[in-house]
Amino acid sequence: MNRRIAKNTLFYLILIAAAIVFLLPVYLMVLTGFKPFNEVDLKTMWSLPTTGLHLDNFVAGFQQLAPNLANSLMMVIPEALLSALLGSINGYLLSKWKFRGSNLLFTLILFGMFIPYQSILIPLVKFMQFLKLYGDLPGLVLVHMIYGIPITTLIFRNYYAGIGTEILEAGRIDGASLVGLYRYIMFPLSAPSFAVVIIWQFTQAWNEFLFAAVLTNQSHWPVTVALNNLAYSQLVRWNVLMAATLLAALPTLLVYLFLGRYFLRGLMAGALKG
Amino acid sequence: MFRSFKLRPNQLILAVVLMLAGAAGVYYFSNNDIKFGTTDLTSLGLLISGLVFYIGILVIIGMFENETVLSISLLLPSIVAIAIFVYGFIGWSVRVSLSQWQGLRPDYTWAGLEQYYNLFHNDPRFLIDIRNTAVFTVGFIVGCLVIGLGLAILLDQRLKGEALFRGIFLFPMSISFIASGVVWAWLMNPATGDRLTGLNLLFHIMHLDPLINLWFTNPQPWGMAFTVIPAVWQLSGFTMALYLGGIRSISDDLREAARVDGATEFQIYRYIILPMLQPVTLSAVIILGHMSLKIFDLIVALGKQDIRLDVPGVYMWTTTFQADNYAQGAAIGVLMLVSVAILVVPYLVQNMRTETEI
Repeated sequence: MNRRIAKNTLFYLILIAAAIVFLLPVYLMVLTGFKPFNEVDLKTMWSLPTTGLHLDNFVAGFQQLAPNLANSLMMVIPEALLSALLGSINGYLLSKWKFRGSNLLFTLILFGMFIPYQSILIPLVKFMQFLKLYGDLPGLVLVHMIYGIPITTLIFRNYYAGIGTEILEAGRIDGASLVGLYRYIMFPLSAPSFAVVIIWQFTQAWNEFLFAAVLTNQSHWPVTVALNNLAYSQLVRWNVLMAATLLAALPTLLVYLFLGRYFLRGLMAGALKG
Repeated sequence: MFRSFKLRPNQLILAVVLMLAGAAGVYYFSNNDIKFGTTDLTSLGLLISGLVFYIGILVIIGMFENETVLSISLLLPSIVAIAIFVYGFIGWSVRVSLSQWQGLRPDYTWAGLEQYYNLFHNDPRFLIDIRNTAVFTVGFIVGCLVIGLGLAILLDQRLKGEALFRGIFLFPMSISFIASGVVWAWLMNPATGDRLTGLNLLFHIMHLDPLINLWFTNPQPWGMAFTVIPAVWQLSGFTMALYLGGIRSISDDLREAARVDGATEFQIYRYIILPMLQPVTLSAVIILGHMSLKIFDLIVALGKQDIRLDVPGVYMWTTTFQADNYAQGAAIGVLMLVSVAILVVPYLVQNMRTETEI
């Protein structure tokens, strides 16, 4: 028994040490964020604030990023919803209406999830310029939707594959068609999967940098591009940068905090084997 | 092909209305430039009109009671999008990489494999990139696997607070590489002496002075190896979750049987659980490996385009969009694709085969 207690104590010590290391960057961001300007000094980076909590840094950071946070929101919300709808239809058809070659087709779609986007970037920019969708948010929404097709299709396909065919056969006997079965049986059952996909796409699009940097002009920069620009700038002090970084990361952190279960499922789907 | 056709008048009317509306939209948007503020909506209008027209066609296809054709027709917009944006664009990139395109104006003059030849023979920067990618990939995969497996085994002990720890180890995954890079660039500040800060300062405060180091500014390849730290911070939790899922799916009976046979806990992990986790390790290596071959935003935010920390993703970006060397950029992009494809395609093919058998 004593040995077991000793062992568990050791395990806890390791876990707690690991947890402290994992939380360190966030601790620094929060700590710096709440210090008043006059207490900010690189030498006292790790000291607690001495004159109470202040919001100076967050206000300054927010002023820097507000338009970009708005851009990100305007881009991410329609993107996540439309992606989910598209993925749901694709996943339904590819799991319940298999035809000859549908597995090959699915694999070909899936490949799109792994490609480095540098390998399609030049044509993409030229094509978006041709469509006059270059520089603005609708174009970015479209691009995220299209390159989101593989993962959204995958998540829904795995989910629908787990729903037995009996219920569909019952629906067929009642005379429902392919579209009717989706509308009256599958779609109402899909709420958990919609949650997973919407959260996944939200996080992905919010955090994405390459497309955002290449396809938008400065007035439409999403928050990742603006944050990176802030970090390169010599004019912004590091404490404001820390607060701004926390603000930029906050939406996805909150999503993770409150909807982590769904986020995790999206994550696991990315590892294929559903 | 079509066994039966059932005419449903109200569906036919719907189809005609949709097709007319779609056609009118296409006509309207191709003759007018529609703007909302500074946003050009012409192409989006065309796209949506086209889709409305296509839905009309779908309604008619639905009346032929052939579900395979209907199913493929419903998938068609996604298929077309992927065909163009993935495969078409890859082909286009390959063509650009075989050209002499430099400067803003497209120039498709045939140059054969010149860009590739130059990258490997006359371009020290690309060779640095290859070495950096190798260092990063090895460090990143090994780091994530070791820490991920270690944490998974610890969490498998059914200790109290498991969910809390799991949450803490996983949360960095939800943060963007950019945000993570910005913070870690400050944590790994290499300033010395009076200007000691970040983790170095923390080490000093904790009397761990031997740990104080120059981080990325160490001589290569060690400097590059430090860029692995933020990446492992973000993805070791993911690896842990993969392993934990794998461990939990091993039946308890098996462990119990081993225990009855007198195996110690260590032996159970060593001889039963670890060998059974091999497929999880394979998945993890492929997922992490393809991420590290593509690594880009993290390096942009961490390295601030420091040439010593350069990787192909960053090189492609700067040579294309800052130096307008499109042909070279395309060649780097294609090489990145090849490296990822070598890793991923066998996995995808195998995945498809096992599914087809079932």
